Amino acid sequence: MRSKVESALPYGLLAPTLLVVVLLIVVPIFQAFLLAFQGSDGGFTLAQFQKMVHDTAFLDALKFTFLLLIFIVPLQIILALAMALLIHKRFRGHSIFLYIYAIPLAISDLAAGIAWLSIFTERGYLNSILHSLGIIDKPFLFLSYQNLPAVFGTIVIAESWRATAIVMVILLAGLEVIPRDYFEAADVFGATALKRTLFVVLPLLRPSLQNALIIRTIFAFQTFSVVLALAGRVIPVLTGEAYYWYAANRNPNVAAAYAVLVMVFTIFITIMYFRLLKTTDAEAGYD
Amino acid sequence: MESSLAISRGAKRAPIAWRHVRDQVGLYGAAILLALWTLAPIYLIALSAFSTKAGVSAWPKSLLPTNFSTDTMQFFINSKGVLQSVGNSVVVALLTIAASLLLGAPGGYALARFRFKGKQTIQLSFLISKMFPTAILSVPLAVTFLQLGLYDTVWGVALIHTAMALPFVILLTAGIFVGVPRDLEEAAQTLGCTRMQAFVRVVLPLALPALAAAAIFTFVISWNEVFAATIITLQHRTLPAQVLSSLNDSPLYYRFAGGFFMIVPALIFIFLIRKYLLNMWGSVVR
Repeated sequence: MRSKVESALPYGLLAPTLLVVVLLIVVPIFQAFLLAFQGSDGGFTLAQFQKMVHDTAFLDALKFTFLLLIFIVPLQIILALAMALLIHKRFRGHSIFLYIYAIPLAISDLAAGIAWLSIFTERGYLNSILHSLGIIDKPFLFLSYQNLPAVFGTIVIAESWRATAIVMVILLAGLEVIPRDYFEAADVFGATALKRTLFVVLPLLRPSLQNALIIRTIFAFQTFSVVLALAGRVIPVLTGEAYYWYAANRNPNVAAAYAVLVMVFTIFITIMYFRLLKTTDAEAGYD
Repeated sequence: MESSLAISRGAKRAPIAWRHVRDQVGLYGAAILLALWTLAPIYLIALSAFSTKAGVSAWPKSLLPTNFSTDTMQFFINSKGVLQSVGNSVVVALLTIAASLLLGAPGGYALARFRFKGKQTIQLSFLISKMFPTAILSVPLAVTFLQLGLYDTVWGVALIHTAMALPFVILLTAGIFVGVPRDLEEAAQTLGCTRMQAFVRVVLPLALPALAAAAIFTFVISWNEVFAATIITLQHRTLPAQVLSSLNDSPLYYRFAGGFFMIVPALIFIFLIRKYLLNMWGSVVR
């Protein structure tokens, strides 16, 4: 028989972490709702949300947050899939390429935004290249509010560049658990590389693809400093607005309303995630 | 073997040798192209950070280091608040590593070694809190921190970073301890060690390299975190908070130097933990 002390041990070991999670995540969630819904008299109010919704930047922030998601997530998955499939071939020198592809993992979205700023700015490297090729005479203003689609495009590129690495390692980890026999079997039956990818690899990789898709969707709602570095407030996004309302307008209540909105979107997607995970748990061999 | 395959696959396909060369060229071509895509922005921000201030606004620019200079970097490092913010970033990251490993590793050990009631629920709650946008909770936390005297301190930032890192650390360390054979631990206990002694003398040394990698992973989370650090601080900025809050009113060369300065640790750390990449980000981030 195990002693009482022994059976209490795991709870004791987990208690500190659970305490931190409760104090710094669960409690602040309620506080965010309080800040967002409580009026100065202590009663329930929708005033903060009305202020948020009627702000000129709100609809744009909502629109651009979703537009960025729609453009960035598929691009990341395609690029990351290409990288993961290449590395998975284990060609000579593949570990060097893995290291290179993984570098953006540890680069913040702020630093990524600034790196791409050096490329897209008025006198930046892209304009310099286009000039030396004789395509333009004077710099094209990629980051001007007059060229919104171009500004948007630069953000899509910068954020795809950064987060592709995260998707790549998720997919590569997924590829590693697929038995190599499957690939060899496809080869023996004479499948071309394309057919093998489409009909053997992708279906087996579905759990990882789903995971990557949902993780990136969740984190897309937190996109903010890459946007700030490249576009300032020309392209507003939800988390960026929370930052502005807090830091520039000194209004924690409307900032909290934005925080609540981002949380609600996240929770919604997380629920979807666990529904999907339940069905794919067995295939993924995840515990 | 190879020639017989070539025959059996018929005349429609190119001979094996030629096909092999073509495949290799395609393979390395694609790999190099994707590597260039990844490396180009890093090379160009380094080029910007190591040019003269005048070079940053030169037009058109050369893609080669034709006006190499440390002026811009020196200007950035000597700018008001920068060195202090680098110091703050390092202190916050170290506090976060210490707190999240000291708190998280025992929990990870519990998940790895024990069967107990509610284990699944607890694991699930970590999975969920891992995905939760914890940084955005700095908005309500800022209000609380003001009352507690934690606002605008490295402690306050480290607390939020610990909350962000802990769910990752606990699941990572659980994975690490599962990887240490239970037999060794039990053998030590039969030979007279207490559970604690067995952990310290047998499990810990074996888990140390992976734990170090987990510490670096935590460092990266903290070093890169922008939103909470900017919301929670005013005078005691971390480096990303310092750069972000001065984006609008700083010259381009300041931003480029700052961007490069933030990237350097990334290059080093990814190299140090390259063996653990798939374990860290591949299976834990999802």
